[in-house]
Order: sequence, then structure tokens, then C-alpha cells
Amino acid sequence: MEVSLNTPVTREAAKKLHAGDRVLISGIIYTARDAAHKRMIENREQGFPIEIKDSTIYFAGPSPAKPGEPVGAIGPTTSYRMDAYSPELIKYGETVMIGKGKRSSEVIEAMKKYGAVYIGAIGGAGALLASHVESCKIVAYDDLGAEAIHELKVKDFPGIVIIDSFGNNLYETEYLKYKKDDKDA
Amino acid sequence: MRIINKEAIINAVEKLCIDTNCILNEDILNSFDSFMEKEESPIALGILNDLKKNAEAAKKRMMPICQDTGMAVVFIEIGQEVYVEGSITDAVNEGVRRGYINGCLRKSVVDDPIIKRVNTKDNTPAIIHYNIVAGDKLKITVAPKGFGSENMSKIHMLKPSDGRKGVIDAVINTIEQAGPNPCPPMVVGIGLGGNFEYCAYLAKKALLRPIGKNSEKPYLKEIEEEVLERANNLGIGPQGLGGRTTILWAAAEDYPTHIAGMPVAVNISCHVTRHGETIL
Repeated sequence: MEVSLNTPVTREAAKKLHAGDRVLISGIIYTARDAAHKRMIENREQGFPIEIKDSTIYFAGPSPAKPGEPVGAIGPTTSYRMDAYSPELIKYGETVMIGKGKRSSEVIEAMKKYGAVYIGAIGGAGALLASHVESCKIVAYDDLGAEAIHELKVKDFPGIVIIDSFGNNLYETEYLKYKKDDKDA
Repeated sequence: MRIINKEAIINAVEKLCIDTNCILNEDILNSFDSFMEKEESPIALGILNDLKKNAEAAKKRMMPICQDTGMAVVFIEIGQEVYVEGSITDAVNEGVRRGYINGCLRKSVVDDPIIKRVNTKDNTPAIIHYNIVAGDKLKITVAPKGFGSENMSKIHMLKPSDGRKGVIDAVINTIEQAGPNPCPPMVVGIGLGGNFEYCAYLAKKALLRPIGKNSEKPYLKEIEEEVLERANNLGIGPQGLGGRTTILWAAAEDYPTHIAGMPVAVNISCHVTRHGETIL
């Protein structure tokens, strides 16, 4: 099913998404990688630098924009490096994570408990995904360079729901459809 | 004695950093077409098509194919009759610095890898492998490598009794465990023999070989073919969403080893397997 998803996404809206849904995301999303996640969690008692409730966080660090362009290449980074931090952010209200690759059982449990989804963007398609970004500005942790938190305004940013708030997981189901036994293994 | 100007090295490295990051090599693009003919999954076909479109967009706008423009790996083959005034290492790093700054490539290198992890802001230092050869030429190969795939790489110190099957199983297990993480379809570099560090070097070097070109050693060619077939039977598919296209290619390099050992290194790379060379 193809779904237009407008941010911010409430927990109720997140629960309506299902693994396999193709989504086109529009609105404000935030980038954060390892270093930004670490800092957000370490300083969470003082509050978050972005509105974390109903937020969409894109695990990404763009390449620098060329003059006159809003952003450089901007594909997803591998998500498992955020596994240590995501459950806490979900507890505080993060509802959508965009990345690529497997997630830990702790993350999936938090997604089920609070209502959050994990969306895959095509890894390695940084130039193509950049064409869905209308504007980009750094809103926190400027000193981290590419790892700073960037606020992106996106239009029809494409993704696939990999893991939904019920724990359905495309990484566990899809490969089985195409797996073949080796002749002489 | 032939004198090579330092500036020539700097300029060559700068251009190679930019070109390899923005222009996907033809052999990879061509392999997409042949895999798309065999691919059964509609999702996989859609992804492969998007990756082709991505490569076109990147080339047209000279924008990086992938935002992870990697750590610059540079292979230098220097002829014994070549003399370069000043430090070759400094010249290579200056080329990397200029390439990453002037090409709007992402700076992804941090100093103090454990505690402070401060970005060096110019993507230096590069990782440089030197090789001294006969002649009066200087060959520079630049192969920037992203870490989504690098992190999925492994060294297996196998026993001689593990044999050929043990080698292939180790490679296949590494690919299977990597699963969706390194942005499949992958390219797989395999280093066999040598010792702990040398097998890793061989695996990296294997990634420089164009897709479609098997090893000239028959036993390595057979291993490459078997890995290609078994890996594509895993079903992982592009992005781990299922399909027949899990790896585009496997290339193996070997070296003699010790009587007690059988080292196997698997360097996982993604479809953005970048490499370009210049001979000065």
C-alpha cells in the first residue's frame, strides 16, 4: 500500500502503518547519527534540542551542499549504531525512525510498547534522495559537522515500512521468499 | 632517475577523490542490467532501478553517489627510478584534503578513535599502501570506502583442516550476517593466505578488480564463482528486502601462508565500490 505520511506523526498515526507499506514522507524531519544521539541522551534531563514528541528522526549525515543547492547527498546510515539510544527517544515520544539495516530486540520492544515505526530509505541512493529535500538547516550540535542535527523540509521522501509497531519485520520475512538451497552445500 | 613533481600527485589525488565519489564505474552499472534480467522480486527491481537513477543524477550534478564518501584508501605503486621532492605521504594527504573540500565530499574522519573522536574536517589522513616496483612510473589508485559496509567485514583465522569448504562457508556466513546492513547489493573482496594483516590488505585489493573479471588462477576463479552463486541464493536481495541480487561480484586474491594457518579476510563493500587510477 502507498501512504502519504505527513510529519509530525502521532503514536496513533504510527500504529496505522504496516510493514511493507510504501510511504512518501512530507514535512519536517531531523537528522541524527551516533554522536547526536549520544549527546541527546546524555543531556536529556536538560531537555531535547528539538521537539522529540511525535518526531521523525532520519539516521543520516549529508555531504555538504554545492552552492545554490539545499543539501548534498543524503542517504541513510546503518541504524544498529543507534540501537543503544532509540528506546529512550521512543519513550520520550519519537514515533518514526528512518534508516537502513537491522534493529535490536530492545528497539523493537520499545516500538511495540509506545507506538513507533522504522522506515527504510534506500541506502546508497544519496543523490536521488536529495531531490526530495526542499530545505536543510543545522538546528543543534553545530560542532559535530556532518553529524549535527539538521532540520530538513522534505516532500514525498520515499521509504518502506520495514518494522511496524506490531513487530512485523520485513528483514525476517522477505528473504525467505527468495532463499534457495545450495545444490552441494 | 625520473623526477615527479609533488603538485602532479596532489592534483591527481584530488581529481580521483572527486571522480570516484561522483561517477559510478561502468562495470557496476552494467552489472545492474544483467542482474535485473534475472531478478524475480518486484521490490528488488524497483530498488535496482532507483540505484541506476541515483548514479545518473550523481554524475549529472557531480554530487556524491552516496553521502558516505568514505575514508580515502590510496594505493601507491612507485617505480624504483622515480624521485619525488618532499614527502609523498604529505602530497597524497594534500590531494585528499583538496578533493574532499573542493568536491563538497563529506568529511568523515575522526582523530582519537576511542574517546574524543574529533572530526579532522578535511577527511585526512588517508590510508596509504605503498608498493615499490621496477620502472620509472608512479601509479596512484584511489578507493574511497564507506563504513556501512566496512563495518560488516571480517577476518577468519581458519585452520588448514577447514579446507576449501571452510573458506567458502566463512565468506557466505559473513555475507549472511551482514544482511541488510551494508546496503546490498554488495561487492565482496576476499583475501586468502598471507597472515593476519596481509589477508585484509588482499581483500581490499580484490575490490579494485572490475566486476566481470575473474582471477586468472583457476582455483580462485572457482571460489569466486561459488561464492557468487551461494550468496545470491541467500535471498537477502537489494536492501535486504528479498531477491536474487545480494552480491554483484566476488573477487579473491591470494598469497602464500604459514604451515599452521589459513587466514581468510572478507571485505564487504556496497554497490558504490569506488576506485580509479592514474599513472604519472
